[in-house]
Amino acid sequence: MRLEYFQMVDKVLELDLEARTLKTANIVPEQSPIFEGHFPGHPLLPGVLLFEIMAQSCGMLLLRLHNYDRMAFLASVDKGKLRTFVTPGQVIEVHASMEHDGSGFARLKAKGLVDGKPVCSADITLKTMPFPAPELRGYLLTTAERIGMPMGEPQAPDARSCAGNLSHV
Amino acid sequence: MSSTFETVANIIAETCDIPRENITPESHAIDDLGIDSLDFLDIAFAIDKAFGIKLPLEQWTQEVNEGKATTEQYFVLKNLCARIDELIAAKSA
Repeated sequence: MRLEYFQMVDKVLELDLEARTLKTANIVPEQSPIFEGHFPGHPLLPGVLLFEIMAQSCGMLLLRLHNYDRMAFLASVDKGKLRTFVTPGQVIEVHASMEHDGSGFARLKAKGLVDGKPVCSADITLKTMPFPAPELRGYLLTTAERIGMPMGEPQAPDARSCAGNLSHV
Repeated sequence: MSSTFETVANIIAETCDIPRENITPESHAIDDLGIDSLDFLDIAFAIDKAFGIKLPLEQWTQEVNEGKATTEQYFVLKNLCARIDELIAAKSA
């Protein structure tokens, strides 16, 4: 995890295209200027970054399901819960699952666990749109490679009656 | 359409905290009810789930932006419900 670059996801642990789920590993760094202020003598990963970690894992899943043909942006966080402190050096395993793939948006569920115990959870809505800059798609493909995203055949668009095909318009 | 409207009106009331009695078939979701695009994503999500469809929001938005359609065609509730009924019919055809 490189907090200053908002690179939250370190590794893909499991991708299931049929179930539309993704598990990621997110390693909290031992050192970061963030911990100097949050908080002195009691370093904690800010809760808002736990939501970012969940949102990024959801985004990675969405992009992979659609073969990186569009960008996803965080639109809303519902039912957000921060259950316990997360401290430097801990590994957060995030489970992301697609709940509904709509037209121009998607709703996903995410939860984070440390040592198998839940630390955070939320319903994440992502807005989707064409990549606003070609280098952004390149950056995300590089990110996919860095985190070990399996890049086999893309999901068949009509695999599910309600599955989204983000390139349909 | 009447049962579709009841479902949609209840979704809007619950999602946007709008009194149910203020929502009529003639209501314009944006102009009359003040629903913004982010709230409409929540409504679209609930409608998609309730009816097992996928509202083509991107297509509608594009048509409005290009002047090929008016917002009234998609966002006046009686028209929205008619579109929903069409999508339901197309799904079961």
